[in-house]
Amino acid sequence: MSSEAVLTVDGLVKSFGGQRAVDGLGFTVRRGECFGLLGPNGAGKSTTLKLVLGLLEPTAGRIELLGLPVPRRAREARAQVGVVPQNDPLDPDFTVAENLRVFGRYFGQPDPVTESRIEPLLEFAQLTAKRDARIQELSGGMKRRLTIARALINDPQVLFLDEPTTGLDPQARHLIWERLKRLLAMGKTIVLTTHFMDEAERLCDRLAIIDHGRLIAEASPGELIRREIEPHVVEVHGPGRAAWAERAAALCDRLETVGETAFAYCTDPGPLLATLRDGELRSLHRPANLEDVFLKLTGRDLRD
Amino acid sequence: MSTLAPPRLTLRLLPVMRRHGLVWRKLAAPNLLANVADPLITLVAFGYGLGALLPRIEGVPYVTFLAAGSICMSTMMAASFESLYSAFSRMHVQRTWESQMHAPLLLDDVLAGEWLWAAVKGCISGLAIILVALALGVTRSPALVLVLPVVALTALAFSALGLCCNARAQGYDFFSYYFTLVLTPMTFVSGVFFPVSQLPQWLQAVSAVLPLTAAIELARPLVLGEWPPAVLRPTAVLLAYALGGFWLAAVLTRRRFSV
Repeated sequence: MSSEAVLTVDGLVKSFGGQRAVDGLGFTVRRGECFGLLGPNGAGKSTTLKLVLGLLEPTAGRIELLGLPVPRRAREARAQVGVVPQNDPLDPDFTVAENLRVFGRYFGQPDPVTESRIEPLLEFAQLTAKRDARIQELSGGMKRRLTIARALINDPQVLFLDEPTTGLDPQARHLIWERLKRLLAMGKTIVLTTHFMDEAERLCDRLAIIDHGRLIAEASPGELIRREIEPHVVEVHGPGRAAWAERAAALCDRLETVGETAFAYCTDPGPLLATLRDGELRSLHRPANLEDVFLKLTGRDLRD
Repeated sequence: MSTLAPPRLTLRLLPVMRRHGLVWRKLAAPNLLANVADPLITLVAFGYGLGALLPRIEGVPYVTFLAAGSICMSTMMAASFESLYSAFSRMHVQRTWESQMHAPLLLDDVLAGEWLWAAVKGCISGLAIILVALALGVTRSPALVLVLPVVALTALAFSALGLCCNARAQGYDFFSYYFTLVLTPMTFVSGVFFPVSQLPQWLQAVSAVLPLTAAIELARPLVLGEWPPAVLRPTAVLLAYALGGFWLAAVLTRRRFSV
């Protein structure tokens, strides 16, 4: 992987009526990597995406996408970018293939060029059999795949995806992940927002966790887990939990209680596990994951 | 770019119009019917039905008098409907605009495409009524050809006004107010059904600055085979609504999209 920057964001601020939705954000996306923007609802992910694409004017800060200053030359930059927005805004009046054809024209791309891409893209999205189907006949997974195919009609260098697997069943999610990995293997750069930690851990080379419009961590998923959190987690729930938590507090690095569950984070799980050996408590010992990091950094409060 | 800057028209609006045209073609027959049926019924029912009971108006049979009004009203309605309900669907419900801006189009391009497309829809309706008037033998004037640019200007004016309204709309309900409180009263004071001279003085003054009045001032003499007594003023009124309206629509729509 080369370290050439495809997207640079520096000191980015966006205020709406005095409220800062994005507050001094900075990060860099390198060519060929999959970069994840993580954050709770309302953290500023979607606003950041709009700013980066030049669809909103920043209040302050600098954005450079594919070497072009945004928003001043955003249109030129977007010509080499694909965008997969939330909720699949496909054109309901057109068939699957017509959606691709009409979208290609928005890029000022000659029809023969678009035509030559439609079949490979339908194949890529596993929609060849549906080429003449109407959008209403497609399942959620098919719609998402078509939205991705549509975003690739201009053969972009960078693909932006806003929560690419929200609302899909596991089969559909895995197929999307497979396709995104194939795009990465082809050398495309991917920037995605998600709040599925397994998705971020699986796909992303590097992540930025943002909250309240600020960057709170930027690293690879593995590095974040190593750096930000104790490697072992022992979860205990059910009756007897409270008494156990009192004993466990001294045996672990950090103890959190959420409702009926106690989470003990530690480097050496031996002493903790010894307290559970009689088997009367319902417990789970597992390695710490990205979700633990995310919850530690952004808190457990609801954001809806 | 400043929110207040005049909108720029570029060739990038063509794929936007082409998209709308493709959708229209799929449903051309019902679309045409909906655009044409209302003014056609008005022309036939009022023109022949009511007209049979009326003396000649301004020296011509009522149906001939009504023809110009029907042409302009049909143009107004079709352009308004497209720039309100249809544009709102694409902007808000289907999020077609968002997709177009994710491709490298600018909001101005998308809006300009909507403006010209709604104007095309208005022209189609206006033209349809002209053809009906020809078929019914209401008029045979060669000057009818000159009604076409009047129809185009009228369509551009009402398309722009519709987009202003669209920029502020939160839902389809909002448009009922525009139709009920703006367009319908306008048809009664603009000389569609009876000469503006029948109105009280103060209302004539209001009428004089309305785009539909200007359109009919130009179209009616042409339908009767005469050169309009005034060309410059009504043309300027229509141009002002078309260009000023589109500018205002651009400003209001940019505001809507900046949050």
